[in-house]
Amino acid sequence: MTFLAQVELIKPPEIEYSAIAPVLIVLGAACVSVLFEAFLPKHQRWAAQVVLTMLTFIGAGTALGLYAGAETTTAQGITTLSGAVAVDRPVIFLWVTLLLLGFGSILLIADRSVEPGGAFVADAAVRPGTVQDRAQATRTGMQTEVFPLTLFALAGMMVFVAANDLLTMFIALEVLSLPLYLMCGLARRRRLLSQEAAVKYFLLGAFASAFFLYGLALLYGYAGSVKLADIATATAGSDKSDTLLFAGFGLLVVGLLFKASVGPFHAWTPDVYQGAPTPITAFMAACTKVAAFGGILRVLTVAFERTNWEWRGVLWGVAVASMVIGAVLGLTQTDVKRMVAYSSVAHAGFLLIGSISLTEQGLSGTLFYLLAYGFTTIAVFGVISLVRNADGEATHLSQWAGLAKRSPVLAGVFTFLLLALAGIPLTSGFVGKFVVFAAAIQDGLAPLVVVALVASAVAAFFYLRVIVLMYFSEPAPDGPTVTVPGAFTTIAITVGAAVTLVLGVWPSFALDWAGAGGFIF
Amino acid sequence: MLQPYLPLVFMFLLAGAFALFSVTAAPYIGPRRYNRAKLDAYECGIEPSPAPIVGGGRMPVAYYLTAMLFILFDIEMVFLYPFAVSADKLGLFGLVEIALFVATVGFAYAYVWRRGGLDWN
Amino acid sequence: MLAPASGATDAVAASGLASLAWLLLALPAFGAAVLLLAGKRADKWGHLLGCATIIAAFAYGLALFFTTLGQGAEERTSELHLFDWIPVGALDVEFGLRLDPLSLTFVLLITGVGSLIHIYSIGYMAHEEGRRKFFAYLNLFVSAMLLLVLGNGFVTLYFGWEGVGLASYLLIGWYQYKPEAASAAKKAFLMNRVGDLGLAIAIFIMFKELGTTTYTDVFARVDELSSGSILAITLLLLLGACGKSGQFPLQAWLPDAMAGPTPVSALIHAATMVTAGVYLIARSNPIYNLSADGRLVVMIIGGVTLLIGCIIGCAYDDFKKVLAYSTVSQIGYMILAVGLGPVGYALGIMHLLTHGFFKAGLFLGAGSVMHGMNDEGNIRRMGGLAKYMPVTFATWALGYLALIGIPPFSGFFSKDAIIAAAFGEPGWRGYVFGGVALLGAALTAFYMTRLLILVFLGKPRWKELKTSEDGREYHPHESPWSMKIPMIVLAVGSVGAGFFLENGERLAGWLEPTLGPLQETHGALDHTMVAILSVALSLVGVALAFLLFGRKPQPTTRPLRVSFPVRAARADLYGNALNEALFARPGTWLSRALVFVDNKGVDGLVNGTAALLGGSSGRLRRLQTGFVRSYALSMLLGAICVLGALLMVRFS
Repeated sequence: MTFLAQVELIKPPEIEYSAIAPVLIVLGAACVSVLFEAFLPKHQRWAAQVVLTMLTFIGAGTALGLYAGAETTTAQGITTLSGAVAVDRPVIFLWVTLLLLGFGSILLIADRSVEPGGAFVADAAVRPGTVQDRAQATRTGMQTEVFPLTLFALAGMMVFVAANDLLTMFIALEVLSLPLYLMCGLARRRRLLSQEAAVKYFLLGAFASAFFLYGLALLYGYAGSVKLADIATATAGSDKSDTLLFAGFGLLVVGLLFKASVGPFHAWTPDVYQGAPTPITAFMAACTKVAAFGGILRVLTVAFERTNWEWRGVLWGVAVASMVIGAVLGLTQTDVKRMVAYSSVAHAGFLLIGSISLTEQGLSGTLFYLLAYGFTTIAVFGVISLVRNADGEATHLSQWAGLAKRSPVLAGVFTFLLLALAGIPLTSGFVGKFVVFAAAIQDGLAPLVVVALVASAVAAFFYLRVIVLMYFSEPAPDGPTVTVPGAFTTIAITVGAAVTLVLGVWPSFALDWAGAGGFIF
Repeated sequence: MLQPYLPLVFMFLLAGAFALFSVTAAPYIGPRRYNRAKLDAYECGIEPSPAPIVGGGRMPVAYYLTAMLFILFDIEMVFLYPFAVSADKLGLFGLVEIALFVATVGFAYAYVWRRGGLDWN
Repeated sequence: MLAPASGATDAVAASGLASLAWLLLALPAFGAAVLLLAGKRADKWGHLLGCATIIAAFAYGLALFFTTLGQGAEERTSELHLFDWIPVGALDVEFGLRLDPLSLTFVLLITGVGSLIHIYSIGYMAHEEGRRKFFAYLNLFVSAMLLLVLGNGFVTLYFGWEGVGLASYLLIGWYQYKPEAASAAKKAFLMNRVGDLGLAIAIFIMFKELGTTTYTDVFARVDELSSGSILAITLLLLLGACGKSGQFPLQAWLPDAMAGPTPVSALIHAATMVTAGVYLIARSNPIYNLSADGRLVVMIIGGVTLLIGCIIGCAYDDFKKVLAYSTVSQIGYMILAVGLGPVGYALGIMHLLTHGFFKAGLFLGAGSVMHGMNDEGNIRRMGGLAKYMPVTFATWALGYLALIGIPPFSGFFSKDAIIAAAFGEPGWRGYVFGGVALLGAALTAFYMTRLLILVFLGKPRWKELKTSEDGREYHPHESPWSMKIPMIVLAVGSVGAGFFLENGERLAGWLEPTLGPLQETHGALDHTMVAILSVALSLVGVALAFLLFGRKPQPTTRPLRVSFPVRAARADLYGNALNEALFARPGTWLSRALVFVDNKGVDGLVNGTAALLGGSSGRLRRLQTGFVRSYALSMLLGAICVLGALLMVRFS
């Protein structure tokens, strides 16, 4: 056999550049951002990075808009890169959500008015507590690497929700996680806590990735392919052992649930939310949640819909556990960031209810919930970053006593946001819960919805506690002050609160859009 | 049916026998001159120093940085081998892709270089 | 389409004047928005804007009412589609209004009483800082309440339901510096959440079984449901009604809610919001018509609550708390009435309307007294005030006569009809519920007369005390005209509304398109007999109260203690306690026991649940050790559970 003679060209995969342009723009900008870090002098970096990042969001948004707009006549979506990535209606919705929420987070990240020099340390490599550390505390510079890191994480998230095979999904998971681990450790104040959070998140994240990877391997053993569609085909009729399938599914799902901070895989959430710089917490709480649930929705719907009889009961239990853990443990929290963390665990439980509904309504309801929850969360953390004393943010709840007397506007906004988290009508939180629960009821998950309603009633208590504290308690004499935010933070909070209101009063356009179509694979 | 694999089995057997032979033969053949370095765990012939010269008991951090950078770039370069092997089959598309890949690694290199990651001190 | 059992007519699309019905919601909402956004700039004119928007809404409501009155019974029910609110697949929640006799009745009540109380608040809140915010919240409340009654489906109702809860929460906690206001606001919010849970689950059941939540569709198709589902829905809706309307076992928040300003107590916690439960049951009449068991539970709750309310009302010394328990008890009557079914829906609504007049009037009178007495709420520190506040006294007395059901005042017509209808129930039920309602009438007369004597008649005990507890001297005085006029208007309503609505079954006929025809009952006792009995028993209650509290002057405080007003007040209390123990020992014990159960049992249940959750939370919290190793272990255990469960499901 002479194979030297005939060179047979390997056919490159078809690439629909217009469809994946938003991701390419974000990734490309991240690379340029790294070069900025390399070649620009220190004092120019912040301004250059902010401009670049804004342009990136505008560019990616435009590309996405052009693609989605032009595509109206064609069908529900396409797969590209030999089926590794799908760009369908849910993905477009999630991409828009991610870009909007990412933009909001970037505004908080870029703000330098609330904390002089920004929420990020000037040089994260300096050991906390040393002479050099005390010296840099007075400097107003910041570690501008946070911009490329955010862009890389965002690109990872975008790929994650669009990934149509498990390997792509795993790579995207790492691309989104690794920058987040670093970003958690960059806080300017309370640096030890921040670094501890980063290490914890990294270790547990690596642990969860291992679960995911092991599950992936077992599923490959079962289906002989990592493609979601092939796994779905294999579940239809395969002589392979089901043990491989369900063990693989379980491990894979654990990895995903970890990222979404669903209880009982939530243990990292309170510590990391508390320790990370608040803008990063906002980014994690909003965008990571969107990405993780985007991935969960796709995996469950595309690959495992046929076997849902076997796994649904288990995820049912996980959802209950998550709601109960979030609602009950939130009751005794004394730190406002930890409280929001437990609230996010409870919300993850609600989202999981929508995700296991496996109907069109379940899909669109969950997508809407993600959008609504993300905006509320960003505004919540924006507000938290404003309440400060000499040591930085005053996150202990006792310090929030009587805040309404010091700053009625801030307390009013925060009250509104808390009511949205509690799911009171006129806020997006109500509509989100309503559509998710309605979908679950329709799909025969009525008992789960009852548990969810009870959990949200319990959770309402700790939101209310903060409201009562702000309005009815006497402010402490040495209490925190409320910083007047600069333009960036103001915009982020205003937009977050406004969207929370708009989606509560007039959600139909977003619901229409969330329900425009299903997954393509 | 498994005939093609027979040489492989021999290979394994040979390797195992060699290892066994070396370990068992060494005490009988070699001279027995014990010293502290030899009796230490993880012995490699050098006495581990209780206090290294610099850093007061710790390895200099630059060592880890360099090691890590080496591993990162090294692993990334591994991707060049499969490309090189089938470069002719991949054609122009593959060339562009690998160029992009190298450029991306180049960005990281530029960052490391400009921010002093390669300076020992 | 076949008309459902209730005889509710099909809705036509709203046209003409009715197509502007969104104004009803928009006007107060606009007022609230302007007042909240304008900030301090609105201090000068904020209250006027607040009043103007409500009065405008009232005027529009009146116009709409007369237009509808001019139409035939078939055309009186119309729907106005505003926009699609939550459209997802099969679930299509539209935002629409339903204009029919029932909702229009409530519109008039809410905007009418609302306007009066807004005007009253100008005077009452004149010295308050941030009065505009108060008006903003009131406007917000009116807007939400109108949404509650005007919505054309259960989800819209739920929307308004939560909105009024929020406004009520904000207003109960108005006096932010008072700790009891904070705890009262919290209690109200949480107890309401329990009720809301019931309402939410009921809505989800409807949605699951019928795929719709609009009134028209639900009522048209409700007979497709199994009797079990119908019973579940009726009980869950009742739970919601209990939370909002302060019915047993969720009544404890309502008296505490009196920590809010008096106009709020009058508008929200007497006339309108707390009657939302009655509205909910009356509105859902096609569902309740199908479940006799559900209605029986409603009647039991109503009966139990009305007794509890008036017995505890005898024991309190706080002016507004007595009135609050009176409200609990009167709403018990309404719930009892709507529990009776087709013989009672219209009666419940009628009592709701007359009660709206006289109870709002009584509260405004109480507010006027407290306004003139340095915000004093303890009736033992009052007495003989009739002379100093003639207008307040006169209007209050008219409201009082209406409440205790003396003919020809309004309460007589509405309450008597309910008692008679309760006697009309077959078998033992007639005697039990009719008897309870009669007993309640007597007790009501007793505690209200006690209130009247201690506040307005007898010796002016405050003269001996000289100053209120905060050290200000008492100078009882009549209130300004902005407060007097609303009281007079409401007093006129207390006098005439009952006869007007009852005469020729005016109200029942008007409500027929929504509630079905009012059926006649012929029970063990005929109507005349019931009327005579109830008036006689009320008079017995009045006489008893006069014997106990009015015959001789209340014990004068001894000279030694004049300079210690607090101790004197305490001595006053001992004297009366002795008085009560000698003459009405069984009653006192019963009321004490009920107060105890109310405070310990029901509150205990609420607090106990909170403590349980808090305790387990505190214990579970220790699992969050901060060690990565234990976190990793918890993840591993979770993963093992998930895997184990998956494989178990698969291979079992």
